[in-house]
Amino acid sequence: MTEAFRDRIDIALTVNGEAVEARVPASRHMIDFLRLDLGLTGAHSGCEHGVCGACTIHVDGQAVRGCLMLAAQADGAEVWTLEGLTESGVIRDLQDAFVARNALQCGYCTPGMLASAMDLLEQGGIPDRATIREHLSGNYCRCTGYEAIIDAVEGVAKARAGKETA
Amino acid sequence: MKAMAGGYARATDVQHALDLLAGADGMGRVLAGGQSLIAAMNMRLSTGDMLVDISRIADLRGVTVEENRLRIGALTRHAEIETDPLIAEHAPLLTQAAGHIAHAAIRNRGTIGGALAHADPAAEFPACVLALGGMIHVQGPDGTRDIPAEDFFVDVFETALEDGVILTAITLPLAEASEKHLLRETARRSGDYALAGLCLVKRAAGHRLSAFSVGPRPLLALAAMERLDAGDIVGAVSALRAEIDPTGDTQASAAYRRHLAGVLLTRAMAEITGEPA
Ligand SMILES: Cc1cc2nc3c(=O)[nH]c(=O)nc-3n(C[C@H](O)[C@H](O)[C@H](O)COP(=O)(O)OP(=O)(O)OC[C@H]3O[C@@H](n4cnc5c(N)ncnc54)[C@H](O)[C@@H]3O)c2cc1C
Ligand code: FES
Ligand code: FES
Repeated sequence: MTEAFRDRIDIALTVNGEAVEARVPASRHMIDFLRLDLGLTGAHSGCEHGVCGACTIHVDGQAVRGCLMLAAQADGAEVWTLEGLTESGVIRDLQDAFVARNALQCGYCTPGMLASAMDLLEQGGIPDRATIREHLSGNYCRCTGYEAIIDAVEGVAKARAGKETA
Repeated sequence: MKAMAGGYARATDVQHALDLLAGADGMGRVLAGGQSLIAAMNMRLSTGDMLVDISRIADLRGVTVEENRLRIGALTRHAEIETDPLIAEHAPLLTQAAGHIAHAAIRNRGTIGGALAHADPAAEFPACVLALGGMIHVQGPDGTRDIPAEDFFVDVFETALEDGVILTAITLPLAEASEKHLLRETARRSGDYALAGLCLVKRAAGHRLSAFSVGPRPLLALAAMERLDAGDIVGAVSALRAEIDPTGDTQASAAYRRHLAGVLLTRAMAEITGEPA
C-alpha cells in the first residue's frame, strides 16, 4: 500500500472564486502555497506554529490558520484570502474603519485581524468589547495596542446593525 | 523553518487508513485537525512522517446518543463541541472546556480525537474524559478495543494507543438530571494552555475530580474525591495538593501551580454548593 503515499499531491480548489489546479509538495502549508506558488501575498506568515494569527484565511466559510493546514488538504476547498475579500467588497466597511481609527501601523497583523474580525461580524448582532477581544485573542499585534482595532470592529458592528434595523 | 514530511495520503475510510499505516514502515502518522501535528512539523519537532490524512472520513465525525451513552466521533471539532446541543445536555463539561481551548480559528479545525491522542498534560479534553469516566474506542489491524480513560493517559504526550491504531470515538455516560459539571482553569491569556486546571463532576453517587497541567498526565484525584464525598473541602484541598505532581517552567513555578490547584478547588466547590469560599 506504500504507493498510495505521495511526496507531491495534485489538488484542485477555488481561490478567491477562481479555479486553481496545482501539484504541491506534501509538506507545503497553505500560506507558502498561496504566497510562493500563487503570488497571493495578502495572508502573512509569522510564527508558523499557530500562535500569532497573521496567516488567518477563510476555508470553506471558516477562519483557519493557514500555517496549520497543508495545501494537500485543500483539495476541493473554497479558499478566500485578503485579496479576494477586498475585491469582492465584503469587508470594505471594516477596512475603512481600520484606516479611520488608525487600527494598523506596520500592517503585518492586519490581514489576519480582518479575516478573524469578519468571522465575528458575520455572526450578526453587536458583540460587546469583551467578546471582540476574546474573538481576536489569537491575533497578535505588536504595534497598535489593540484598542483601536476593537474600536474599529465595534464601530462596524454597530453601523451594520443600524443599517439592518433602519 | 519548514516541515519535512515523508509523504501524504488521504484515507477514504478507516480500513484504508489502517492499511496505509500498516504499509508505512513504522513512519505512519495520523493527521486529523493538524493543529498540533502541523505546528510540530513546521518546527521540525517531527520529520519524515508518512501522513495519513483521516480528516475526511465522515464516519469518524459527529455526536449521537447510542445505548444510553453519548458517542462523540474522533473527528468532531472543538468548535462543534462548543455548540452541539447533545453535548450541552449530556456532557456540559465538554462545552465549558471547548471555550478554553486555543482560539476560534484553531477550534475550527482541531478535533477531540486529536486532543486525546496528543495527550498534552495541559489539555482540557483529556482531563474532562477522565472526570466523566469516559471510554476511548480504538481500531487497529487486530480489530477494535475499548480503553477506559483511566488507563489511556500514560505520560507526557504518551497514551495507550499503539502504532498503527486509530482512535475512532469516545463514549460517555449521560449526565443525570441533578449532575453538576464545572471546569475551572487559570491561564495567563485567553486561549493559552492553563497553568493549572480542574474538572469537577458531582453525581448522586459522589464527586469526581481531575486535574490538568499539574503533572505529566491528567490526574484523577482519588484522595481529594474521597474527602469531597465526606463533605471535607479543606481536607480535599490538602489531599489534592499532595496528589498532584506539577513541575515549574517559564510560565509558573511548581509551588504556584500547586497553590492554584487548591484555590481552584475551593472556588469550584463554593460555586457548586452555593456557599462562599
Ligand atoms: C496556538 C495553539 C494553542 C492551543 N491551545 C490549546 C489549549 O489551550 N488546550 C488544548 O487542549 N489544546 C490546545 N491546542 C491544541 C489543539 O487543541 C489541537 O487541536 C489538538 O491538540 C490536536 O488535535 P488535532 O485534531 O489538531 O490533531 P493533529 O494535530 O492532527 O494530531 C495530533 C496528534 O494526535 C495524533 N492523532 C490525531 N487524531 C488521531 C486519531 N483519531 N487516532 C490516532 N491518532 C491521532 C496525530 O498522529 C498526532 O500525533 C492549541 C494549539 C495551538 C496551535
Ligand atoms: S503564522 Fe500562522 S499563526 Fe502565526
Ligand atoms: S499593525 Fe503592526 S503588528 Fe499590528
